[in-house]
Formats: sequence, C-alpha cells, structure tokens
Amino acid sequence: MTATGITDATPALAVRGRASFREGFAMFRNAKSITGLVIIGVFAVLAVVGPWIAPYDPDATDLDHRNEAPTLAHLLGTTHMGQDVLSQIIVGTRGVMVVGFLAGVIATLIAVIIGVTAGYVGGGRSEALSAFTNVFLVVPGLPLIIIVASQFDDPNILLISAVLAITGWAWGARVLRAQTMSLRNRDFIQAARVNGEPLWRIIAVEMLPNLMAVIASSFVGTVTAAILAQTTLAFVGVTPISDWNWGTILFWAQSNNAFPDKWWWYLPAGLCIALVGMALSLINFGIDEYVNPRLRSAGDRVRALRRKGIRVSAEGATIVRR
Amino acid sequence: MSVLELANVTKRYRVRGAGELLALDDVSLTLSSGRTIALVGQSGSGKSTIAKIVTQLETPTSGSVLLDGEPIPRRGAGLRAYRQRVRMVFQDPYASLNPYHSIRHHLERPLLLHRVVPRAEVDEEVLRLLDRVRLSRDLVDRHPHELSGGQRQRIAIARALASRPALLVADEPVSMLDVSIRLGVLSLLADLQRESGLGVLYITHDLATARHFSDEIMVLNRGVVVEHGPADDVILRPQHEYTRRLRDASPDPDARFAGRGLARAERSPR
Amino acid sequence: MRLFLRRAAFYLFTAWAAITINFFLPRMMKGDPITAYLARNQGKVSPDAIQSLQILFGLDNPKPIWQQYVEYWGLLLRGDLGISLSKGLAPVSQVIADALPWTLGLVGVATVISFFLGTGIGTLIGWRRGSRADAVVPVATFFSTIPYFWIGLIIIALFSTTLKWFPASHAFSRELTPALSWPFVGDVVYHAVLPAFTIVLTSLGGWILGMRNMMITVLDEDYITVAQAKGLSPRRVMVGYAARNAVLPQLSSFALSLGFIVGGTLIMEMIFSYPGLGLRLFEATLAKDYPLMQGMFLVITLSVLVANILADVAHAILDPRTRQEAA
Repeated sequence: MTATGITDATPALAVRGRASFREGFAMFRNAKSITGLVIIGVFAVLAVVGPWIAPYDPDATDLDHRNEAPTLAHLLGTTHMGQDVLSQIIVGTRGVMVVGFLAGVIATLIAVIIGVTAGYVGGGRSEALSAFTNVFLVVPGLPLIIIVASQFDDPNILLISAVLAITGWAWGARVLRAQTMSLRNRDFIQAARVNGEPLWRIIAVEMLPNLMAVIASSFVGTVTAAILAQTTLAFVGVTPISDWNWGTILFWAQSNNAFPDKWWWYLPAGLCIALVGMALSLINFGIDEYVNPRLRSAGDRVRALRRKGIRVSAEGATIVRR
Repeated sequence: MSVLELANVTKRYRVRGAGELLALDDVSLTLSSGRTIALVGQSGSGKSTIAKIVTQLETPTSGSVLLDGEPIPRRGAGLRAYRQRVRMVFQDPYASLNPYHSIRHHLERPLLLHRVVPRAEVDEEVLRLLDRVRLSRDLVDRHPHELSGGQRQRIAIARALASRPALLVADEPVSMLDVSIRLGVLSLLADLQRESGLGVLYITHDLATARHFSDEIMVLNRGVVVEHGPADDVILRPQHEYTRRLRDASPDPDARFAGRGLARAERSPR
Repeated sequence: MRLFLRRAAFYLFTAWAAITINFFLPRMMKGDPITAYLARNQGKVSPDAIQSLQILFGLDNPKPIWQQYVEYWGLLLRGDLGISLSKGLAPVSQVIADALPWTLGLVGVATVISFFLGTGIGTLIGWRRGSRADAVVPVATFFSTIPYFWIGLIIIALFSTTLKWFPASHAFSRELTPALSWPFVGDVVYHAVLPAFTIVLTSLGGWILGMRNMMITVLDEDYITVAQAKGLSPRRVMVGYAARNAVLPQLSSFALSLGFIVGGTLIMEMIFSYPGLGLRLFEATLAKDYPLMQGMFLVITLSVLVANILADVAHAILDPRTRQEAA
C-alpha cells in the first residue's frame, strides 16, 4: 500500500496486537535505546540499593589510609581523609539519579500541559502562552539556579529538583506547541471532533500517543541537563555538601588538590556523569531513529551492499552500483 | 425524517497578511433524509467549507443553519445529539484514521459516545459494522497502516454510520483512491444510503459520479452557487457557462480522438 | 511586514517580562545585606548612590511599589545599575563593562570555531554515511555529555600542571599591563588556548551530530538525486545543495548559543579564573553583592534575548520560505 499524501513523520507502528501500552514503547526497541536503557537501569539499581551495598560509610574517615591509590581494600582508593572513594560514588548515585529524574518528570509535566494546550487552542491564547514560554527560555538557567539556591541554607531534594525543573521546561514546551499545532489540523483529529469527543479525550487519547516520541525525547534531554546542572551546582558548592553526589566528590577533590596526581579521586566521578549522560543520549538517538526512519537506515544500504562485495561509490548521496 | 437547511450562509476567513478570503457567498441548500445531493466544483470553490459548516467544525460568518426548522445547537447535550445525527466521511483515508489506535477503537468511540447500544453489545456491534461495509471481521484488531486505502475508507464509512445517523456528509470520499476501486466504494455508499434512508451530501469534483449517484446537483464556483437542479438536468442541459465548461472538461474518449490526434499520430510515426 | 511586527511585539514583551522579573527578584530574596552594608559604611557612599540602590532594591522605601517600578525603569534607561558592594563601590555598569569583553572574546571565538569545525565535520560524516566516518558519532556523543568542569580540570592537570605547556589561569600575565600591543595580545592568546580548547572539545560533539542528522535527512530528498543526475561534481552537490539546506536549523541553534555564551561560561571562568562575566557573577553571589548580581543577571538575560532575535532574523533571511510567508 502506498502512502500518498503523508507529509509528516508520524511513524508507522510496526507492531501488531492489542496492547496500545506496549506499542507506545516501540521507540525503545532498537539497539541504541536498549543499550542506553540498560546502563541507566544499572545506575537506577545502584541508586536504590547503594547505601546498603557500599563497602564503607562514605563519611567514615580512616586517617591511617589517606590518599591511597586503589588497592583491594579500597577499589577506587581513598580521599585525603581516608574515606573510600568507591563508597562515595555508589552512595552518590542516589542523589544524582533522584534529582535528575524528579526534575525531568516535573519539567516534562509542565511542558506537556503548557505546550499541548498552547498548540491546541490556537489564536491569541496560544500566542500568550508562547510568550510566557519565551520568557523562561530567555532567562539564563544556571545563574538563576545559583541565585535562588544560595537563598536557602539547606535545600532539600524536592526543592532542588523544582528549581531545575522551572528553569528547564521551556524548551520542551516550545517543541510540543509546534508539534501539537501541526497535529491539530490532521483529519483524524477533526474526525474525533465530529464524533463528539470531549476536549480532554481528544488531547489525552487521540493526540498524546502521537506526541509520545517528542515527549520522551524532551524528557530525556531534560534529565541530562538536570544531572549536569546539579553536579555542577554541587561542585561549585552551592548545594549542601553533606548530601553525597558525584559533584560533591569533585568539590572535595578540587579543594584538596587532587588534580593531577590523585586520579582515582577525580576520574571515576566525572566518568560516571559522562556515562549516564551518554546512556541518556543513546536513548535519545534511539528515539530519533524511530521517528525519522531515514536516520535508521543511514548507511545500512551501503554496508549491506559492501558486504555483498559490491563496491559502492564513495560520493555519498546516491547509492550507485559500480 | 430529518431536514438540514443552510440559509444564506456566508463564510469569510481572515488570512494572515493577505486580508480576507470569501469562501462562501450567500449559499443556501436543503438536505433531507433519503435524498443525495451532489456538491460539485473545482478546488477552492468552497465545497469543503460547506462540509465543515454542516459538521460544525466551522461556524458561518452570517446566515443560519437549521435542523428540522430549528437553529442547530452548538453546545452541550444538544450538540451531542446533533453529532449523532450528522456524520462525515473524510477525503484522505491515510489521514482520517489515528495511526496509533486499532480499528476497534475507531469504531467503538462513536458507539460509546452516543450510547448506540448497551455496553455489553458494543463488541458485537463493532463486528456488525465491519460486515455492513463488507470487510473481514479479522481487521478489527489491526491498525490503519496495515490496511489498504480502500479498506481504510470503508472503515471511515463504518465509523460515520456507527451512530445510526440521519444525514451524512461525504467529502470527496473516493478522490484519493485508486480509480479501479472507486466504483466499489461509491456503490457501497449508495447501498448503505438506501438501506438506512440516509440523506447524503456528496462532495466531489467528478461530474460523472455526481450524476450517477445523486438526485440533485449543486454547482459551486468560488463560493457562489451557479447552478442547482435535478441531476440529469444539470448534466444534460446545463444553464450556466461554468457548468458547461465543467462538463466539457471531462474527457470523453470517443469525442476526443475521432479523426484527430491519435489518428494523425498513426499516420506519421516519429 | 505584519509578521515582523508581531515578532517585534513578542520580543518586546519578553524583554519587559525579564526586566520586571529582575525588579522583583531582590525584593523577594531574604536578607538585606545592602542596608547592613550601608549602615556600616555610611560615610563612604554618596547620597546619589544610596538613592540609586534604594530605587533598585526597594530598601526602606516608603514609596508605593508602582512608583518604585517607574523609577527603576528610569535608572535602567540611564544605564545606572547601582554600585557594587564587593568591588570597591565601583559602578555596576563599569564592573560589567570590564568583564564583558573577556567573556565575549574568548567564548565568542571558541563558539565560532566550534560551530564551523563541527558543521564541517558533520557535513562530511553525513555525506559519507555508511563508511568508517560513522565511528565519529559515538565519540562525539561521549564528548558532548562530559561535564564541562571535569574535563576542564583534567586538561589543566594534563597540559598545565604536568606538561607545563600552557598557563592554567587568568587572562593575561600579572606583570603585563593591558595595552593594544603585540606582546600583550600574544600573551592573551597564550592564556586563552586552554579554556578555548576545553570549550571547543565539549561543544564540538553537539554541532557534529546536529549537522550529520540534518544532512542525512536532506540527502534523502529527490532534489539531491536530480543534482547528481545532472552531472554536478559531488563536492558541489554536497556543499551547494545538501549542506546549504541542512545548515538552516544549525544556524538558528548557533545564534541561540551565542546568547548562552554570556550566561553559560560560569564554570569555565571559575576553573580557569578567567575574569569574565561568569566569574564575577559567582563572586557576587558568594559575597551577597546584590547590586552586582542583579545587574549581571539583567545583562545576561538581555543578551540571550538579542541572540534570539538574531536567530530569527538569520532564519528569515536565509530561508526563502519564511520570506514568502511574511510577504
């Protein structure tokens, strides 16, 4: 069957069967997404069980074993006070993951409510919401977070997440508004109106599933930004240093001249942040490829032909058999 | 017996940066149960605007829309009842079904919204609807992308008929289908109309099918009704210049190539 | 024309909202170090300065909030942002003016380098999809998710402390006095290498990936096939047809990133002790120097806004389709 007249990128769901729930997650089914999800899964588990499986109490000092390189007793070495770096990393996972995902959830929720509403209502109300979104886009995130966070002596996790969410929802809202506006004029939405569907059902049941890819991508992006912002805040010393997270580890490392010699102190924390960020990006790539099938097969044809022994023209664009 | 009447309806659109667009200018028509009216015109003539006004996707700038003599309800329970009685089949079979949902979902929704049958019978009614549009019951759990254009359009028709309406607007229902299956779908529509005593507003740019399937034809040019009468009269004895041009624009193989063109090409091969 | 007016109104509204937020921000923050400071240093601060501060921050101000707001606008339009409490009572506008060129210079140049390099690499990778060039993608991804401060510290540790190739901090050597002379400029560049390198390293990945994705999407279009079929050289098709269209969203992102230059370099400046806006803002926060904080925040917000406008203008100029809609 040929698809005449389709101009948008709403993907054809290649899954049969009744469970719409299952279908919504087809976008996570490629190799990239799965890799990313597995890595995040590992860190998520660490976040939950961390404090129980850490070999030492991260705060516990051991003045006999200070600044030691990795040994069997301390797999990632010790700090200037003899604290076990590995335990700090493991316990610190919870702080990072919880704040990251909480901020992501709150920000995405706000973005969906404002973005989709703005996209659907159209006209003056939509422009007003768009202007409102724009204000938050323009206000610089990190300085605002620093200013606000420094107001509170001991911000708890919820507060930090909320502040991160408030500075981060605008981008997703903008994208969602554009997508919703293009979706709104599609015939199947008009058909739902002719059916007599109430507004909330049109948005929740008819539109949202078609927006899932954008929402997921926005969520992942927000979590990444939140994690980076939070570790940066901890590193700078703005958030309380009593809560362990990877940024705090680096804060202490920096203050105690760990660079460059005591690599075991500063390398693991940064690598963990990069790893989580990388995993989230992989998930995003997976979603991108699902939404834009061209990205999926980019290069596949060339590789397939090459495997068959057919030399392919090196000039990229059109695959030509030589 | 239902009668939908458009009386002196005018519709103006405001276009960004280019002033106003007069889509409909003082259009009147009457659609009653059991009869088919064809609305014929080229792109931009205002046909789709009439469809949107009838289905309340747009409101007229001036003029009135009456159902059984009363102004149509635009809110609340009255609107809900209106939507049960007046339904629409959309032009593009590839866009009028939500890619995310199954066929069952598409056919269930009108049944549930308008409480056509008791909750327990909904599943069975969905299957009966598939029977009515002559599709296999297997399709009920498929998704739109698994169906062909013709099948999707039959689903769209089933969806429209689910609420047991009195009036149906068919907005160019076969324009985007392969020519070979158009007749099948139109015949289905004609049969269903006879079975249910529907009043059908058949919007098309194709004069031939308009004549074949409808009782009356209305010709629209740039928002103005230029001709209106019984189907055969409009086709065979067009009064207006525009109607004549429309009719002459339809290709008639016998007339076109008699002694011209093709014969000449045969004589001088290149 | 109408489109232009609507966009202009849009931005004016955003600017107004940002300035108003800035008005309310210090009034909502707890603590009033300004009054405390003024109490301690009564002789040193001129009455004019005290009045400016009052207007800007609403200290002890019996006037109704509306009047304060109007006076606030008056001050802003005159360029008076108050005086900095932590920088020896220098006018805030001057502190900002001193720091701004360093930030703009270093980060501006680094961002431009990163953009052109990244877009170029992305074009090539997108063009040669399926070849070994694809291996760049995971590498680029990894580098784009590395936390900036971490890689900065490592680079200092490596290139400065260990190898001693480049200086680790400041914009220029302490012995030299700022002047437009070759030795000075050379010294500035010498100091700028590591910070710039770090910026380029972390932002390159984003540009590469963005351009690659756009190239791949564009290369599937029929007009590319036609161009090749016409017999145009591959280089010509790649640059003139594919890249030309793929680069449009990149340019919008680029203009937006210019806006974030001013606000986003805080970490870099901290690590390298670079005397730019970010470092000043951070110091102001630590010292609770509200006048300076508020002034910088305003400047940063307005620059992002200007960058947004530039992005829109660039897009309108370069994309013939938007021109037509506006016509």
